[in-house]
Amino acid sequence: MIDSEKNDETRRNFLRKLCYSAVLAFVSPSLVMRGKNKKIVEWIIGENYNPYDHYWSMGIDINKCIGCGRCAESCKIENNVPKEPFFFRTWVERYHIYKDGEVAIDSPNGAINGFSKVVSEKSLEKSFFVPKICNQCDHPPCVQVCPVGATFKSIDGVVLVDANYCIGCRYCIQACPYGARYIHPVTRSADKCTFCYHRIVKGKLPACVENCPTQARVFGEFKKKASPIERFRRMNKINVLKPALNTEPKVFYANLDMEVK
Amino acid sequence: MKNYWNSIPEQVKRISILLIVIVAAFIVIRANLVPKDFGELGHYRTSAIDEIIAQNLKYGGEILCSECHDDVAEKKASSFHKNVSCEVCHGPAADHADDPDSFTPTAPKDRDTCPICHEYLQSRPTGFPQIISVSHNPFKPCKSCHNAHDPTPPETPKECSACHKEIFSVKSLSHHAFVECKTCHKTKDNHRLSPREFIPEKPTSRNFCGQCHSDEIVNNDEIPKISMTEHEPKYVCWQCHYPHLPEAK
Amino acid sequence: MEEIVQHLTPILNEVTGYIFPNEIELHWGLLVVIYPYLTGLVAGAFILASLVKVFNVKELQPTYRMSLLTALAFLIIAPLPLLAHLGHPEKSFEIFLTPNQSSAMAMFGFVYVWYLMAVLLLEIWFDYRKDLILWAKSEKGLKKWILKSLSLFSTDISEKAVLFDKKAVKIITIIGIPSAFILHGYVGFIFGSIKANPFWSSVLMPIVFLFSAIVSGIALVLILYSFITPLRGKEIDMACLDKLANYLFYVMIVDFSLEALDFIHRVYESEESIKILSDLVSGKLFVSLVVIQILIGMIIPLIAIALIKILKWPADLRKQIYFLSAILVQVGIFSTRWNVVIGGQLFSKSFMGLTVYKMSFFGLEGLLVSMILLIAPLFLLYILFKLLPPWEEARNL
Repeated sequence: MIDSEKNDETRRNFLRKLCYSAVLAFVSPSLVMRGKNKKIVEWIIGENYNPYDHYWSMGIDINKCIGCGRCAESCKIENNVPKEPFFFRTWVERYHIYKDGEVAIDSPNGAINGFSKVVSEKSLEKSFFVPKICNQCDHPPCVQVCPVGATFKSIDGVVLVDANYCIGCRYCIQACPYGARYIHPVTRSADKCTFCYHRIVKGKLPACVENCPTQARVFGEFKKKASPIERFRRMNKINVLKPALNTEPKVFYANLDMEVK
Repeated sequence: MKNYWNSIPEQVKRISILLIVIVAAFIVIRANLVPKDFGELGHYRTSAIDEIIAQNLKYGGEILCSECHDDVAEKKASSFHKNVSCEVCHGPAADHADDPDSFTPTAPKDRDTCPICHEYLQSRPTGFPQIISVSHNPFKPCKSCHNAHDPTPPETPKECSACHKEIFSVKSLSHHAFVECKTCHKTKDNHRLSPREFIPEKPTSRNFCGQCHSDEIVNNDEIPKISMTEHEPKYVCWQCHYPHLPEAK
Repeated sequence: MEEIVQHLTPILNEVTGYIFPNEIELHWGLLVVIYPYLTGLVAGAFILASLVKVFNVKELQPTYRMSLLTALAFLIIAPLPLLAHLGHPEKSFEIFLTPNQSSAMAMFGFVYVWYLMAVLLLEIWFDYRKDLILWAKSEKGLKKWILKSLSLFSTDISEKAVLFDKKAVKIITIIGIPSAFILHGYVGFIFGSIKANPFWSSVLMPIVFLFSAIVSGIALVLILYSFITPLRGKEIDMACLDKLANYLFYVMIVDFSLEALDFIHRVYESEESIKILSDLVSGKLFVSLVVIQILIGMIIPLIAIALIKILKWPADLRKQIYFLSAILVQVGIFSTRWNVVIGGQLFSKSFMGLTVYKMSFFGLEGLLVSMILLIAPLFLLYILFKLLPPWEEARNL
């Protein structure tokens, strides 16, 4: 019994070392250098990641979302988002559409503590959950209005915030049609979803996608032949939020209801 | 040249000198204060990206877990939970992957964790397994009957209502209360063991409902009857009537 | 951190319908109401001053320098509420270092500096230069040196030089009018260009801002003129006051028509947001928009001034009615700014719910700081009046 445990231990250690050496083997050879300046090239080599090779986007299937809120919770843990219910990088909304046409929406604490049952005298037409997140617009109004260049679209299509350069004027928050931005109460700078940029450059999935138990969230490359997103877009009827505003979101929804705004 | 200088009014000279001083000061200050790496890739600081990716990982990801816990990963990979990442239940464990001795993730032992996904809610998609935890074996930890890495019911359910409780409870209040599920849904026995592989059949035509509801049939007078040829012949019955609660508006 | 949470928690219970969780915190508060209010006064006062120089409205000569100094005093204070509302005021200089060309707000720095340096200061300097030199000669001690340095140690008061000053003032005024339009029109554009917010997003926004700015500027100079002149023991020039009220009346008519057009256009087009906006206007904004802004701040003063024009009342009564009307107009215009800035944030961008604005008393975003910022320009104006007396009798002709 004790022996087998020890064996397990050494086996795990061995596997871990094997992984490390595999990573090192990938990192050390010189990469094809793209980009004009030295800094970006160093950065690409350091992380074994070339932003010019990627363009990220997300797919969300409403029919698969069970409203467990694991995305919202793991996002807060991964990204040090304050626990209070006023600051979210992602959250889940619940829609109740009644037969008389009334629409009731709620998102208590962004769904992190789950949802409680709703008792209503009215008869229900349908009900569903909608996860919300920064739409990572290809034509982002927040970037357009930032007065100092503290928020920007990166080479690989992710809208990021430079928290150390942000002056906290909140114009970007006013310009975002999706309510996806907030002022971080500690840094007093604007904050928002980064598609877990620190994870995707290391080849990992964003925390919300990693922790979605039903694969309601799909993550991958936009406009590449073999990518989960392209399959998602091919297999489903796709919509985006507020298409009339021409923000060109890179978060695509399947089975989206007209009441969702 | 000197003439030209003299022809400029005195006040303009003074204002111009002041202006030149201000503009020069602005240019000097600006040249020194703009971050060196600003504008290399776009209208932002390049080092902002370095600062963003320097953030620590909290979640290691399923692939990392399975490198050591390959036994569990293998078992889970063929189960209903194959898409549920380890850290959904065990919590963030990147630290554990870095140094397994420093920190051990916990496994949920109580009845609080599983209902986060499996408690019945109207808004959840149909077909997703749900329970009403207050009446579902109260006080018994989930794991005493279900293995989270390969969740199947402890015994093969005998009644349809074991899984389709919501439909069953709706039907039991309706005029169809005494119509058995199997009357309309042909179901292979294997459905109880692998529900997704052996999906029960559904009626396909109007004539199926007409077996009871056609005015040409003679049976119990309490059953409502319609003319199969005249009553909305273009539609199938369940486009308007919900078979599990036919009296619903 | 805890302060913010304490401030936000009670709001959770006052939300009606559904708003996005990040919208619980209302992002632009009272300070951002004050900012367009102050710049509006600046633009209005300057345009009034330019009537004298460019359009040669002789009756308004007594208010010319007063208008210029009023514009300067309010312009110097105007950026302070913006600065105070920033999360990082210490980084505000970045707006000059790396302005984002696509951002309306980034252009603020340049529009502001242009207006302050190239228009207002320059016009005041040329207009006062001769007086500064002469005053400096008759003063002693510190004040002599302040006046001397203000004149940039200029000495030339030959006829040719003074004539040049006059010409310069005229040219600067001509440049100044479009600049004043830009200054306040751009403030309107900051709001009007936000497509995410249907309450703000409107092409008419800059122009409505501009005309309400002119209204508020004229009303302010009218208040100052009819308040200060008796204090100095002088007689109010009724021709000047009547002219001021006349201009106020006409500009108010234009402003009112534009706002009515905006309203009718929204109701007639009846877009996606109309339901939530009508809930907003008939509910939370009813008092501040319908009662204060339109009834008290617009219709009552319009009727009052119209009655004066028709009934030809005696001078004393006219003075009082003008003064009271101008006060009501100020209240109305402040309310206009409130309704745009706060009102535009009271409904959710989900169009499914309304929230509330909770004002605090202390703290940077609080009522106290806002009151100070509203009074500060008047103190500054007092100092400017002492240093650069705008009265006609102080002028060295």
